[in-house]
Amino acid sequence: MSKAAHLATGIEMEGVHKWFGSFHALDDINLAIRPRERVVICGPSGSGKSTLIRCINRLETHEQGRIVVDGIELTHDERRIDKIRREVGMVFQHFNLFPHLTILENLILAPVWIRKMPKKHAVEVAMHFLERVRISEQASKYPVQLSGGQQQRVAIARALCMRPKVMLFDEPTSALDPEMVKEVLDTMVSLADDGMTMLCVTHEMGFARQVADRVIFMDRGRVLEEAKPADFFDNPKNERSRLFLSQILH
Amino acid sequence: MIATLILSYPKMVNRIVVVVGIVVVAMLLYFMGVSGAWVGDVFPALQAEASPQMARIITAIIIALLIAVNWKLLGMLPRTYQIGAVWAELFALLLLFFYSFDLSFTFIAKKIGFLITQGVVTTLYISVVSIAIATVIALVGAIAKLSKNGVIYGLASFYTSLFRGLPLLMQIYIIYLGLPQVGYVIGAIPAGILALSLCYGAYMTEIFRAGIESIPKGQTEGATALGLRPNHTMFLVILPQAMRVIIPPTGNQFIAMLKDSSLVSVVGVWEIMYLARTLGQKEFRHIEMLITASMIYWLLSIGLEIIQARIEQHFGRSLKR
Repeated sequence: MSKAAHLATGIEMEGVHKWFGSFHALDDINLAIRPRERVVICGPSGSGKSTLIRCINRLETHEQGRIVVDGIELTHDERRIDKIRREVGMVFQHFNLFPHLTILENLILAPVWIRKMPKKHAVEVAMHFLERVRISEQASKYPVQLSGGQQQRVAIARALCMRPKVMLFDEPTSALDPEMVKEVLDTMVSLADDGMTMLCVTHEMGFARQVADRVIFMDRGRVLEEAKPADFFDNPKNERSRLFLSQILH
Repeated sequence: MIATLILSYPKMVNRIVVVVGIVVVAMLLYFMGVSGAWVGDVFPALQAEASPQMARIITAIIIALLIAVNWKLLGMLPRTYQIGAVWAELFALLLLFFYSFDLSFTFIAKKIGFLITQGVVTTLYISVVSIAIATVIALVGAIAKLSKNGVIYGLASFYTSLFRGLPLLMQIYIIYLGLPQVGYVIGAIPAGILALSLCYGAYMTEIFRAGIESIPKGQTEGATALGLRPNHTMFLVILPQAMRVIIPPTGNQFIAMLKDSSLVSVVGVWEIMYLARTLGQKEFRHIEMLITASMIYWLLSIGLEIIQARIEQHFGRSLKR
């Protein structure tokens, strides 16, 4: 394994395939995402966008091909999977906060148990990130006491507490009331400005235009188009992406 | 048509319902064979000419009216007092029922000390130890039943099927009498504890499994994405949430087990039930001891109910807005 080649690569996917039964969810995916790159993945529902990013931290298992994250190849080896999961943070559509823990407890759980951070230090880190998502005054509340937008910001802060090198976003604004979308997107924009490597499955085209270095369009498990946001939105090359854009941009 | 009538004359309909209700209750009491003997004592005038039939009818009507008045009076109290009043009235009726047996309270007073120091202590000891073991079995069983490994699932499902399928009494006999056959001589108390733990462990395995499965998949995914290992996820994320679902039926199981521990008396353990039977036998005071034992079981159950409520409160705290 040549180390130099991997240093240039945040995430590398080569010939990745995945099936759910007879359904071909990922069909020969080849992707290279550089460190600090911001990539938006879009496409119709069921096109494999979520499956793609869920393969990166092994929430789904790819059945063929190679996935390398931060120089570590994903195999069945548990230690490698653990290592990669520590480097990769994830934000879900439905937040997946732990409802039985307070906001602060949600944030320090993984640092204390997995990173073996002293509790006092973990609390400092947690408060730092809660301030970053502008929600530190809610630290002692439980998730149900927060609005959807606040919960999603907490979820982002929770992922950041593990100091990941890559952040995956799986439709982070899809479950939110319209008036709460902006506060979450603003948080993501500020994260992007800090140089975080980001992979976002989202239909927020404004966000894609503003921060993405690249837009990837998927359909039926395949990557059909890869382009800079300006090119993709103003001059889509693929028939299917043109149709998709005409349907979501009224 | 009827609906229109009911809606147009609500007050009248209400009164009719009350009167019909009283009549129905009175008729029920009559056909249940309520005794009219005391009517003669209270209303001597009736005694001479009234037939026993008449006395029974009057008794039934009076009791029905008393119930109606009582209902009306209770309705005027605030809710907490209503609950207290109902408990007090029903408890008084229960005592009255026991009193009608013409119990010897001196006999009870003489024996209750031993019933508590020996019986209650043994019952509590057996129950508490069995509950603790059953909880551990249930936890292991539930995780095994959710396992993808066929061998582990096979072991767990055979265990729950067998021990839920055999009567507890049979299990106690089989363990106490059967284990010595294969070379393990086992005392009566350990045999009882083993049978109770295995039987209730099997029931509680299903409760725990259902509780764990009730937690959305997103919780496991959220924890996994943070880097938590499966055992961390189970004990830090899934189980604490599942407890809220698990505790009410588990509390039920504990109360049932407390009383089922009386079955252990068949192998000669000196717990409440065994003592109640043997202490009463010598002087033909069976009913005294049985009622005392029943009341003790009830008190212990109430204790468990209170503990259950406390624990539920603890695990429900994160849901208060």
